Amino acid sequence: MEGISKEEEKKLELRLGPPGQEEETSFSFGCLSSSMSNNSTNSAKRVFSEAIEMKTGEEGWINLNSDDGNHQHQKLWSSSSANFHGKIQHQQQQTKASFLQFPKASQSLPVMAKESSQACCNKVVDLQRQSAAEKKPFSPSSANTAVSNVSQKRTAPAPVVGWPPIRSFRKNLSSSSPLKPSPDSQSALPDEVASKKPVETCRKGLFVKINMDGVPIGRKVDLMAYDCYDKLSSAVDELFRGLLAAQRDSSAGGKQSNQEATPVTGLLDRSGEYTLVYEDNEGDRMLVGDVPWHMFISTAKRLRVLKTSEVSGLSCEC
Amino acid sequence: MAYSFPVEVLEHIFSFIDSDNDRNAVSLVCKSWYEIERWCRRKIFIGNCYAVTPRIMIRRFPELRSVSLKGKPHFADFNLVPEGWGGYVDPWVLAMGRAYPFLEELRLKRMVVSDEALEMVSKSFKNFKVLVLSSCEGFTTDGLASIAANCRNLRELDLRESDVEDLGGNWLSCFPESCTSLVSLNISCLGSDWSLQSLSALERLVGRSPNLRRLRLNRAVPLDKLANLLRRAPQLVELGTGTFSSELRPDVFSNLSGAFSGCKELKALSGFWDAVPSHLPAVYTICSGLTSLNLSDANIQSSDLVKLISECQNLQRLWVFDYIEDSGLEALAESCKNLQELRVFPSDPYAMEPNVTLTEQGLVAVSEGCPKLESVLYFCRQFTNNALFTIAKNRPNLTRFRLCIIEPRTPDYITLEPLDAGFGAIVQNCKELRRLSLSGLLTDRVFEHIGTHAKKLEMLSIAFAGDSDLGLYHVLSGCKSLRKLEIRDCPFGDKALLANAAKLETMRSLWMSSCLVSFEACKLLGQKMPRLNVEVIDERGPPDSRPESYPVEKLYIYRSVAGPRLDMPAFVWTMDEELALRLS
Repeated sequence: MEGISKEEEKKLELRLGPPGQEEETSFSFGCLSSSMSNNSTNSAKRVFSEAIEMKTGEEGWINLNSDDGNHQHQKLWSSSSANFHGKIQHQQQQTKASFLQFPKASQSLPVMAKESSQACCNKVVDLQRQSAAEKKPFSPSSANTAVSNVSQKRTAPAPVVGWPPIRSFRKNLSSSSPLKPSPDSQSALPDEVASKKPVETCRKGLFVKINMDGVPIGRKVDLMAYDCYDKLSSAVDELFRGLLAAQRDSSAGGKQSNQEATPVTGLLDRSGEYTLVYEDNEGDRMLVGDVPWHMFISTAKRLRVLKTSEVSGLSCEC
Repeated sequence: MAYSFPVEVLEHIFSFIDSDNDRNAVSLVCKSWYEIERWCRRKIFIGNCYAVTPRIMIRRFPELRSVSLKGKPHFADFNLVPEGWGGYVDPWVLAMGRAYPFLEELRLKRMVVSDEALEMVSKSFKNFKVLVLSSCEGFTTDGLASIAANCRNLRELDLRESDVEDLGGNWLSCFPESCTSLVSLNISCLGSDWSLQSLSALERLVGRSPNLRRLRLNRAVPLDKLANLLRRAPQLVELGTGTFSSELRPDVFSNLSGAFSGCKELKALSGFWDAVPSHLPAVYTICSGLTSLNLSDANIQSSDLVKLISECQNLQRLWVFDYIEDSGLEALAESCKNLQELRVFPSDPYAMEPNVTLTEQGLVAVSEGCPKLESVLYFCRQFTNNALFTIAKNRPNLTRFRLCIIEPRTPDYITLEPLDAGFGAIVQNCKELRRLSLSGLLTDRVFEHIGTHAKKLEMLSIAFAGDSDLGLYHVLSGCKSLRKLEIRDCPFGDKALLANAAKLETMRSLWMSSCLVSFEACKLLGQKMPRLNVEVIDERGPPDSRPESYPVEKLYIYRSVAGPRLDMPAFVWTMDEELALRLS
């Protein structure tokens, strides 16, 4: 990226200042202008509304050369078809700038492989699992075919966290199946009312808190995202495996290499180090797995992952 | 000249200036105005509690009476922010308890509030009047009991959409008999199981609050109690019912109907949990006065919805499920010519196939029939560019447009093209657009349109969209008024972010999750921009245990004069100087 004209340079200048300001001001990283230090106050508003003097000749743009061949890191998340990479040079502050040009035509900027954008969608981007075989080349001209690749042909989409963007309380309460329109006659008879009681098994989106022994960070799981205990168990495993490993690493004092986090298994049959229990709507602590699934989700208020050694005397045989 | 006016005169003049922006402008005129203004400012709004510290706030504004704080980023509403991230109000309450003995109002949104904090509030501020906890969590009904018991002049207690742990007990009876000052009580987020004692405590409280104007009940309040409550509070302007289902015998129905007709001031209705259609006519008598109707907790079908809505000719705001269907929205467009705000929520968001006939047609109809429509939130399963063109043409006065096509990356279902042109028309025609949420199949082109035209846009939400950094670049370089940008699952990486780093200081915050921003870039940004807090939220362990080019899970960047925060959990990584030195 070389030889940028003055006009183009002006277009790409960073601007600092309140929106709508007409004067040409620019901000360079490496040189917070001395006018800043003249501020006699610390008020946030003044800081943000003040325009920074332009310092000509001083550089300090974040440098993004895309034309060097230094591929020091294997980029597992960008496919081989992309020339584009976000490699950042560790430049000193005063280096000569070289601006990244953003041409108007979007085609000339190499696009990210579709695979990497799909990777974004997964709940946990486990980059070590990306294999070359999974990558599909993507080009803008085949937008339509690309569309059909992502169209609703999927029969069972993986549940995406936080999508669609609806508040949890809204999901929990929209429990009843839709009621039939009322007959034209007015008064509600008792049996008509009784037949319209909300059917609990249709509840969608049931987030309950889950805590794990030894992990201070609690999480929430959506019980409606699963239809059986095994799926719930593996979700819990995924949820806490990384956290446990991180804790182990930090308590071992220092950087461990990327050791594979050990899976959390045997949650349901007390064969593993941890066991999954829940608190029901009466406040009792119960083992997960003993009652039919639909009964479980309608009574579970909260989950816990306890050390199996501490789970004693929890019996659900009545 | 400023010094020829006595301070008292200036103060008096300033007392008429209410808006925060105007106040800030006043404080910039000269040093003496700055001094005068800061002593007489009574109200402050802090959009990000980590942008500033309590100490800084107290030092500059020693005489505040009303403080509003927001904590977690918006995407926390959709469980994208891990628990324990932050947003604790306790240090604020601690500091304010000492500095502002005359504090009257505290409004919090998306913050973590402890029972101890609530107790401190109730005991530190003798004249405390207003407590609004919007989408907050971390407290129980014990905390509410302290507020009830100790705040002698409480006017407003509003718990909208907070997550409150119900420990049973009877906190409502902690309001002393002498408390008659309530104007607004919103407990709609509380549970569905209440004792008879709680219910009668509620009745007594309502009965002795002649100034009560806004009452939003929770699901636990049964329908047969509602009539009693209404008769005790005929002056209500806003009502949220409890459960709207029961064995409604004819005499109970007429009693309820009569109670409603006694509430001649009612302007807003909500609640309606479990609503049975045959009970709805009980509210017909007050429908013509309603300006706001929230049926988003009611599973009522289209024909019954239409019957109800057609009684409400003066409706300005409607929140409803997609049970209303296109036909219901067409009827709405016919009857409610004053409609300003429409929100349509999905009844079955996880179903693959649509369960109702709600399409782009419904929204088009409303855009045609309702000339004052300016705020839209619409969940549906299909859309077309043409529909967006039509909506944009009909309603150039839109200020908030949030469209959520439920399946990510859904194209125009007729042409199979991306929806770039459609949204482009929206930003081009609706010049006053302040808030926009995108969905459907979108390329970088839509961001080019947005950057070019959306000059008044303040908040933008993007999901599963774009092809490259160019998209993000267009937004950051073009949207002059942008304050909040939230992005998830888009192929935006380092380049656009770093090239527009200075822009970030003009915004409140930027959220990016499941994108392609590397840890390297985050470090660089954190090092180079001392007035930005760059938070990497990553639950996979320390970012430096992976190659630096790996994308981070989540990234939250916000401007701050407070420096790095001290209450970060283990999964939040930032660049403080020490760390920066160690890693460089």
